[in-house]
Amino acid sequence: MKNVIFNKMSRLIVVTAGIIIAFTSMVHSKDAIKIGTFLSVSGPASFLGDPELKTLKMYVEKINAEGGVLGRKLELVHYDVQHVAKKAVTAVKRLIDQDKVDVIVGGSTSGQTMAVIKLVEKAGIPFISLAGAAVITDPVKKWVFKTPHTDILAAKKIFNDMKENGWNKLGLLSGAGGFDKSCRKSVTKVAPGYGIEIVADETHGKGDTDMTPQLTKLKNAPGIQAFMYCGFGAATSIVAKNFKQLGLSLQHYQSHGAGSKSFIKNAAGAAEGARLPAAALLVVDALPDDDPQKSVAGAYRAAYEGKYKDAVSTFGGHAYDGLMIVVEAMKRAGSTDKEKVRIEIENTKNFVGADGIFTMSATDHLGLDEKSFVMVEVSNGTWKKLK
Amino acid sequence: MMPLLKPRTGGLLSLMVILVVLPLFFRNAYHYDVAIQSGLNAIVCVGLNLLIGYTGQISLGHAGFFALGAYASAVLTDRYEFAAVGAMIIGAVAVGCLSYLIARPILKLKGHYLAMATLGLGIIISIILNQEEELTGGPDGMPVSSFSFFGWDISGNLTWYGIVALVLLFTVWLALNLVDSPVGRALRAVHGSELAASTMGVDTQRYKVLIFVFSAVLASIAGSIFAHYSGFVSPAEGEFFRSIEFVTMVVLGGMASIFGAVVGAAILTILPQLLASFHDYEMMVHGAVLMGVMIFMRRGLVPTLVHFIRGLRK
Amino acid sequence: MFADFLQFLISGITVGAIYGLVGLGFSVIYNASNVINFAQGEFVMIGGMASVSFLSMGIPMPLAIVLAVVVTTFVGFALEIFAIEPARHNSVVSLIIITIGASIFLRGLAQIIWDRNYHNLPAFSGDDPIKLWGAALQPQSLWVMGGAGIIVLLLWLFFNHSILGKAILATSFNPLAAELVGIDTRRILQISFALSAALGAIAGILVAPIALTYTNVGVMLGLKGFCAAIVGGLGNPMGAIAGGLAVGIAEAFTAGYISSAYKDAVAFVIIILVLLFLPSGLFGRKEIDKV
Repeated sequence: MKNVIFNKMSRLIVVTAGIIIAFTSMVHSKDAIKIGTFLSVSGPASFLGDPELKTLKMYVEKINAEGGVLGRKLELVHYDVQHVAKKAVTAVKRLIDQDKVDVIVGGSTSGQTMAVIKLVEKAGIPFISLAGAAVITDPVKKWVFKTPHTDILAAKKIFNDMKENGWNKLGLLSGAGGFDKSCRKSVTKVAPGYGIEIVADETHGKGDTDMTPQLTKLKNAPGIQAFMYCGFGAATSIVAKNFKQLGLSLQHYQSHGAGSKSFIKNAAGAAEGARLPAAALLVVDALPDDDPQKSVAGAYRAAYEGKYKDAVSTFGGHAYDGLMIVVEAMKRAGSTDKEKVRIEIENTKNFVGADGIFTMSATDHLGLDEKSFVMVEVSNGTWKKLK
Repeated sequence: MMPLLKPRTGGLLSLMVILVVLPLFFRNAYHYDVAIQSGLNAIVCVGLNLLIGYTGQISLGHAGFFALGAYASAVLTDRYEFAAVGAMIIGAVAVGCLSYLIARPILKLKGHYLAMATLGLGIIISIILNQEEELTGGPDGMPVSSFSFFGWDISGNLTWYGIVALVLLFTVWLALNLVDSPVGRALRAVHGSELAASTMGVDTQRYKVLIFVFSAVLASIAGSIFAHYSGFVSPAEGEFFRSIEFVTMVVLGGMASIFGAVVGAAILTILPQLLASFHDYEMMVHGAVLMGVMIFMRRGLVPTLVHFIRGLRK
Repeated sequence: MFADFLQFLISGITVGAIYGLVGLGFSVIYNASNVINFAQGEFVMIGGMASVSFLSMGIPMPLAIVLAVVVTTFVGFALEIFAIEPARHNSVVSLIIITIGASIFLRGLAQIIWDRNYHNLPAFSGDDPIKLWGAALQPQSLWVMGGAGIIVLLLWLFFNHSILGKAILATSFNPLAAELVGIDTRRILQISFALSAALGAIAGILVAPIALTYTNVGVMLGLKGFCAAIVGGLGNPMGAIAGGLAVGIAEAFTAGYISSAYKDAVAFVIIILVLLFLPSGLFGRKEIDKV
């Protein structure tokens, strides 16, 4: 009996020791430029982190194949932090102190980004966030930049469209996640400036499978003319299905969180007529040939869809822009010195990316405006550019 | 029996030595971070182990208490300018009262029904933290100011490590004494057979309530320390998965073993860090390790090891 | 007003039937082993994801569904043999941890085999809503309700009128006695895991056209299914459905009439109250402490 236990134990110890040795002794090449990233690759926000990581991997590979940056290879160091702010904090400490990365491009959600800002500022390391909330770069923080459009821009874009149609009474439905709540907040904040009245404000829970009660309440809101949903992932398609089920005759708006082909595909026809603000990336084909974004966004889409056999989403586009802005800045700075790179990121001018054309400055660490969004409508199972 | 195998003297002493020696191996803030997180989890688990291992009651809601403590500190210091110590005490007292109020009715439930009720409680807490955005910052969480103690701002990894280590030692000492006291003997009786214990005149209900409240307060204090240390809290701290994680740490380390709780907490905090290099396979390996340990060491790590060492000495 | 009420009721019954279907799987395993299988939600996920992926390979829908159920049944069977069987004499809590480990493992595996995107399964009889006194119903809801009804009836017949079903119940009441009268309790456990995996897969497939399917879909559905099984009284299939309906209807009416932000919280408050006043759920058998 003793021997049996001993055998089991010793085997277990050997295996564990093997694993630990294997992973602590992993030697990283010394002269590579290290790009650190932490993303929500698994868990409820994997919808964001998955295309972001795939994009980063693909382009790091591509850049290395073309000779790297400043004559050095790029090395991507990644940690999956799910949707948990605490894991993001640990991952960033690890990136800064253990892996000693030169720059960080990551943070799929606003919560994660906000949780690590203090660390990044203290360490003095350029950080490009891939999350939406406006508070990330407003007020401006010395070392923090971001590439995705803010939900404020999305709300403005939608309100412009509503005004053009003479609608001013909006019913709002939002989910319980960080993206959803931040979007809801921006919509409520921007609405008065456009003379838009929020006549109903409903929410739903995590992982909900049916939103008809909320939509029924919205339907009854006095004078309601348009409906908007703030959220992303499976819920966008479920909402569209329920919207159709109830036969609502309102204009259906979604936020930029629905900016993925999955939204249309999985709504099984119910997304027809829905409008949303999206990056030009989604409607590359509809762009005029002289649009500078056409070739850049088109090339990214072709590369992504070619490699991963999956429809491109705006989320991957954020990661593309983040990586490219950093690479360009390093080239201009001629070094990976953190302060020099930071200044050069700030000097980004007319950089054509998947999300739009970026012009950053000391007072603007996003560098996008409303014009970078195009209003699209779902028509015949694909995106149609409005106007 | 060698004194070192005696938990009250040897165990506590070894833990102390380990905690003192450990920082010599830390090379950066990340190492400290993992150690501090392990320590905080261990504080919760020591309390939870008293509940699960000694009274046989399960709780799937302790992350809720942890999060309440964390948010009490965050909200009171940030929004109402309370002193950090005051906020922490208010949080602990509030969690104590809440757990006392619900303990009696809820602990009448048995087995899986108790699990369900505590689970529901934890989820309700986490929903409130998510929804009350004005107060809690909603799902994106909120920043927490640093811990100032009579004008001294606690900062620096070693300082935080020291504080967590001291609190952990104190918790373990308290738990060891509790287990060896008449209360502890009564508790073991409750675990053995509640019916028999109550027939023998042990007020089983009273002890169960006592331990439930004690473990909830410990979780709340750990939460408060976490909030100030991490500088940021989010509702993910109160999620159902966190509660499950705590229970897993207790069971993995070994039920009814105080040091088991500490070891279990440390291992399950470090494990995901080691597995990070597996990338796509991280979740699979994590799940497989949990299953493997429970299958091959069914009483948990520490009791199995102790049994094994005793077996060698014979 | 009545139309709204009816709409809320329809939503509640649809969602409740979903929870109930998921809850059934918990009941079956609990009946045989007194174990709560936290990987039940993953069976639901595998059922949905597997049928989507078979469908995308060009296999016709009915065959894809059958294949998905077979695959999931096999997973349930394997889970019992490789993880539960070697740990048969463990404490209940440690068995729970094993099923939690299994749930993490299966989710990780699914992310590698399939992807992290979400997918739709075409509705069985189209997407055109059925109008009822001003309320609207997705045809798929009828499939879910009908499926729940038929399965619970079959289970009732199985547990009360078949030798195998009775053997499962006997094993749950007293494994030793069951063994003494010649029941192969090991076999019984394997069968109950396979059966419950099949039930989970069927639930996942029926639900996918409404709730979509993705690798994390089982997390929330599993949790709500667990609630349904507990509220109804563990081990009672009829109870799981009743519990599911109670939770679903409570959620829908809370969202409709009180507050959509707190609908989940209200559902849990109700669950806790039910447990406090009926400590063994709505239809559970009373547990008596054995000395």
